[in-house]
Amino acid sequence: MEYLDTIAQVLASTIRLTIPLLFACLAGLYSERSGVFDIGLEGKMLVAAFAAGAAAAVGHSPWLGLLAGVGTSVAFALLHGFAVITHRGDQIVSGVAVNIIALGLSAQLGSTWFGLGGQTPQLQPEERFLELTLPGAEAVASVPVLGQIYSQILSGHSILVYFAFAMVPLTWWVLFRTRFGLRLRAVGENPAAADTAGVSVNGMRYAAVVCCGVLCGFAGTYLSIAQSAGFSRSMTAGKGFIALAALVFAKWQPVPAMWACLLFGFLDAVAIRLQGTELPLAGILPVQLMQAVPYILTVALLAGFIGRATPPKAGGVPYVKER
Amino acid sequence: MSARGGELPWWADALVMPALNLALAFLVSGGVLLALGEDPIECVQIMFNGAFGTGSGIGYTLFYATNFIFTGLAFAVAFHAGLFNIGVEGQAYIAGLGVALASLYFEFLPAPLIILLAIVFSAAFGAAWAFIPAYLQAKRGSHLVITTIMFNFIATALMAFLLVNVLKPTASMAPETRTFAEHARLPLMQDVFGWFGVPMAQSPLNLSFVWALICAAAVAVLIWRTRLGYELRTLGASPDAAVYAGMPVTRLTIIALMISGALGGFLALNEVMGSQNRLFLEFSGGYGFVGIAVALMGRSRSIGIVLAAILFGALYQGGAELAFDKPNITRDMVVLVQGLVILMAGALEHMLRPAVGRLFAGLSPASTAQEA
Repeated sequence: MEYLDTIAQVLASTIRLTIPLLFACLAGLYSERSGVFDIGLEGKMLVAAFAAGAAAAVGHSPWLGLLAGVGTSVAFALLHGFAVITHRGDQIVSGVAVNIIALGLSAQLGSTWFGLGGQTPQLQPEERFLELTLPGAEAVASVPVLGQIYSQILSGHSILVYFAFAMVPLTWWVLFRTRFGLRLRAVGENPAAADTAGVSVNGMRYAAVVCCGVLCGFAGTYLSIAQSAGFSRSMTAGKGFIALAALVFAKWQPVPAMWACLLFGFLDAVAIRLQGTELPLAGILPVQLMQAVPYILTVALLAGFIGRATPPKAGGVPYVKER
Repeated sequence: MSARGGELPWWADALVMPALNLALAFLVSGGVLLALGEDPIECVQIMFNGAFGTGSGIGYTLFYATNFIFTGLAFAVAFHAGLFNIGVEGQAYIAGLGVALASLYFEFLPAPLIILLAIVFSAAFGAAWAFIPAYLQAKRGSHLVITTIMFNFIATALMAFLLVNVLKPTASMAPETRTFAEHARLPLMQDVFGWFGVPMAQSPLNLSFVWALICAAAVAVLIWRTRLGYELRTLGASPDAAVYAGMPVTRLTIIALMISGALGGFLALNEVMGSQNRLFLEFSGGYGFVGIAVALMGRSRSIGIVLAAILFGALYQGGAELAFDKPNITRDMVVLVQGLVILMAGALEHMLRPAVGRLFAGLSPASTAQEA
């Protein structure tokens, strides 16, 4: 039965590694569906992780951390919106700027405020989002397979994990079953038509960018006060870009986005698990290869080898009301 | 554009707007310094003295500027053709392999030949890494920004794999190659000047700086004085017009990005062959991304890029001095300032334009009437 335990461990760690990707990927989904490309997911996650870590350490509450994380991320999202919606700046350049500002600001403020070389202080258990045990998990732990699935894989995560998975159907419902979602997608596909129908293109895009900021805030908060016990320098380590890859891989759809994030999270979990172990046929698998797989898969998809990824039509194009 | 207030004269577009945007970025940075409890004026003095106050300081400033000239030119060439090459970082990183190949495996050759090979190999490796995204963009319409971002990360993984498993000497722990032989390095400028009996302060400034200036001149000629340059600019200004004029758009796209990758690849000459004399992890250090800011500040013109690169070089060197002098400030402050410059000069470049345009229109009503 030992291999069952191993599988359960890998799957449980898959879920933990998926969460930041999933939050960030759904964040990008809102923004890009409204026609605002966002390569600044990484930067918003990073400032959110820093703000959450700092606020939780100073205020001794994870909820305060969450509030600070989401607030900071939304502020950065609005900065992006101000540049690309109000002033029709280049969306890619603005995203690069957000990422670099986030990198410099979080490390500099961290060093000056806490004097720990850019980290925030180690958080106590009561200052973090801790693992919850689902009801009855201990009782069924001894039941083979089903009990293990429930107690080891589904139970034992922080509240943010369950919230992230709840966001998937919610996002689907908002985007495809509400008036707000219809309008949001309309300004991303054909802003001129939406404008003619009386929808404020800029207003909708700002709303989408704020949704993006909120979810990036959750992603960063999860990293620094649920998964770890504090912020450390550049702790996002490219997760924002993997989320972007997952978004492309999922062809800008919420439910496939979840599967793409789970796939990339699983690859990460397997890479960590297999580090240095010898496999029967392949020998020692290079960790770097596993790390590159999400990016290679995404390029293959974009090249049209695995289906076709069509971005929202008006993505990347600022809307000019009158020509 | 006329709806946005008056058109700007060319010199205002080239000088006044970048200066204003830069001033705005510095103003915000000054605010951050104040919030951190530092005196911004004093910080600027320390940075200026650090960057230009001593011979060695100037050497370091120009050394960093060399990196920025290469990456700025790389971004600008693609940008002229309407292509957004955000993958300069990865292309420069992979080009390090080319330099290491020349310096490690051809060290039996005399020094000038090794240098020549290193130039050819770094350009070839950089261009090769740009080729796949370029081909996918040109032939299959894959989104260039996303593929080049992905290729940056694939480059990171590939280089880590090669350095740990292949290039590292067996006896060593650190993931880096052995140090290059004495004659397989680029001569430092202090040595070059020494040959002619001119004394010069110690710094890592090396011959790549001269190569960077040659590249800047070559890019200017290419873009503004050749048929290829004309075609690239046409493609950038109006892809439809380029197709209609019968230009080979697919080939032009690939050529533009490969030239861009080759120019970015020269970064490896400066960092790997000119200063560190070994290939190591992450030597490209974000210079590729800052190249975007350099090209935007320099308005994609060679002369502008060289000036903007010197400015960013000074920021880098001055920032190092500042971090040394002020325990409260780290080099992350410079990263923040760079980000702010990209934001103001790039993403928010239209913010001040209408106001400045109106100002100019108010100053000289006659000239705007003529232009209209």
